[in-house]
Amino acid sequence: MSAPKRAGQHTIQFANPPVVVATASVVGPKEGEGPLGQTFDMVIDDSYFGEETWEKAERKMLEEAVKLVIAKAQLKSQDIDFLLAGDLLNQTISASYAARALNIPFLGLYGACSTMYEGMALAAMLIDGGFAHHVVAACSSHYNTAERQYRFPTEQGVQRPPTAQWTVTGAGAVLMAPVGNGPRLTHATIGRVLDVGIKDPTDMGSAMAPAAVDTIARHFQDTGRTPFDYDLIITGDLGRVGHEIATKLLGEQKYDVARNYSDCGILIYDHERQDTHAGGSGCACSAVVFAGHLMGKLNEGHYKRILGVGTGALLSTTATQQGESIPGIGHGVVIEKLG
Amino acid sequence: MADSKQPGPPKKPLTLTEQVLQQKQTYDQQAYQRLADSVKPRHNVLVNAFNAFWVGGSIAALAQIITLIFIANGVNIRDAATAATIIMIFLGALLTGLGIYDEIGKVAGAGSIIPITGFANSIVAPAMEYKREGFVFGVAARMFNIAGPVLVYGFIVAVLVGLIAYFLQ
Amino acid sequence: MSIIMAFIIGGLICLVGQLIMDLTPYKVTPAHILVGFVTGGALLSAIGLYEPLVKIGGAGATIPISGFGHLLTQGTLEAVEAKGFLGAFTGGVTAGAAGIAAAVVFGFTMAVLFNPRG
Repeated sequence: MSAPKRAGQHTIQFANPPVVVATASVVGPKEGEGPLGQTFDMVIDDSYFGEETWEKAERKMLEEAVKLVIAKAQLKSQDIDFLLAGDLLNQTISASYAARALNIPFLGLYGACSTMYEGMALAAMLIDGGFAHHVVAACSSHYNTAERQYRFPTEQGVQRPPTAQWTVTGAGAVLMAPVGNGPRLTHATIGRVLDVGIKDPTDMGSAMAPAAVDTIARHFQDTGRTPFDYDLIITGDLGRVGHEIATKLLGEQKYDVARNYSDCGILIYDHERQDTHAGGSGCACSAVVFAGHLMGKLNEGHYKRILGVGTGALLSTTATQQGESIPGIGHGVVIEKLG
Repeated sequence: MADSKQPGPPKKPLTLTEQVLQQKQTYDQQAYQRLADSVKPRHNVLVNAFNAFWVGGSIAALAQIITLIFIANGVNIRDAATAATIIMIFLGALLTGLGIYDEIGKVAGAGSIIPITGFANSIVAPAMEYKREGFVFGVAARMFNIAGPVLVYGFIVAVLVGLIAYFLQ
Repeated sequence: MSIIMAFIIGGLICLVGQLIMDLTPYKVTPAHILVGFVTGGALLSAIGLYEPLVKIGGAGATIPISGFGHLLTQGTLEAVEAKGFLGAFTGGVTAGAAGIAAAVVFGFTMAVLFNPRG
């Protein structure tokens, strides 16, 4: 028996596509200086954000992003039915501690760097399912908290390999509702966890690319669409390495995406000037690029329909040290400016 | 609506193991690794090697200058070398505290890891980083993240060599 | 002259480390490099191959962490000569005492004085 709101094998087709009413983005100084600096709502000028630790700074950014998105939608926190949030830190403390201050019913998520898209897909399901009026999906990451958790202490004198990516400092929040002005979320293709045996934790682009490709290809199969049906196909944080691999893999499957495929990790930094090697990464990478740049272009009418794929590397330092390879995931959502 | 996309013949559904195998076969791991390697930007080995050489060499030369100054002031060679080592450790620790050593490390790689200043860096960097987790579990425990293994293997080899030498005597 | 020799020998030892990091397919972290070089230095010293490097290079051979391995081994061997069996256990740590104590004390001091800047 087929579920009524599905298309094909893995794609959800919303009956009444929920509206992205507002988005908010808070970023760190490096992101503020990047090519998309003008598109963010708030740029903090030091990585501590007036707090004692970077963990507290990350939490505060997430709180600010959620408060800001609620204010932009001219709502109050009581109006929000669910907060779906996650981050990269152990036990997702940024999200849980931010939720402690926000007083909104909270569902914690972990999808590594794909968390924003996972949250948006779930928020849309809650709304289209009739379980909520207003849902906020949010996530955060911070270069320094991620470095000390996944890699080395920040003052350790190490060389970053050319495939390494730079974790975006920032937080993004998206508020969705059943009706309103703004682009709508029409489809979601939930990712499968795919592991192609990459073991190098400094090369996450290669580890995640096949998962993103898998999701994109299944999305086309399920919906009968082609890359030409989209103004933009954008992955979350594959970086320059993963972007190139994904382009090749999609080409092998006869999907020509040369014209309209980009990656948030490439857009957010000027890699020549900002020394970010393969590009940006982290939960906030796809979140702030969507909340700032993409949402702006959708509202301007520059893009009519985009396919965003949040990509995540589901590794931990324990698994890596035990010699495990890195599983990847990609969640796709279609955002469309109707009418 | 769209329910005709069951993989495989419907009379014999795939077992979970078969499904997993099928998924793995989509990507031949070795072929994928080759593809990834062909796309990856490379280290510039020559530039890295050159930087490691001159930075490592300069740190050693500075230590030699300090040693020579001590010797010129009448300190015996052995003590002069020890004193120079202590001063180099101090410099490595100080530059880490000032946030300079990690910048050197980005350029020099092994050139700033292998000298004793790099050993000092590997002690100060985690100690400073984990100060927020307290002075026992933070500073003191984390201090030996990298220095600990160095001492462990250094001591083990030295003691083994000593024991072998003793029994060969 | 000894300064130039220190530069060359110190530089070459670091060069070897860099090539190991860049040219091997394994993920070699600074911890691996430090552990590898201290062990390598101690072993080379045991078979008498490190001492010539110190003669030529001075600080160029003693300042790299492999020189610390050399120091541990030579300290142990001297103590075995002087004190016998007990020396195998006391010699290395005694010889390395200055470096270890300096690293701990300066490391702690700097960690207390400074905060990471990121």
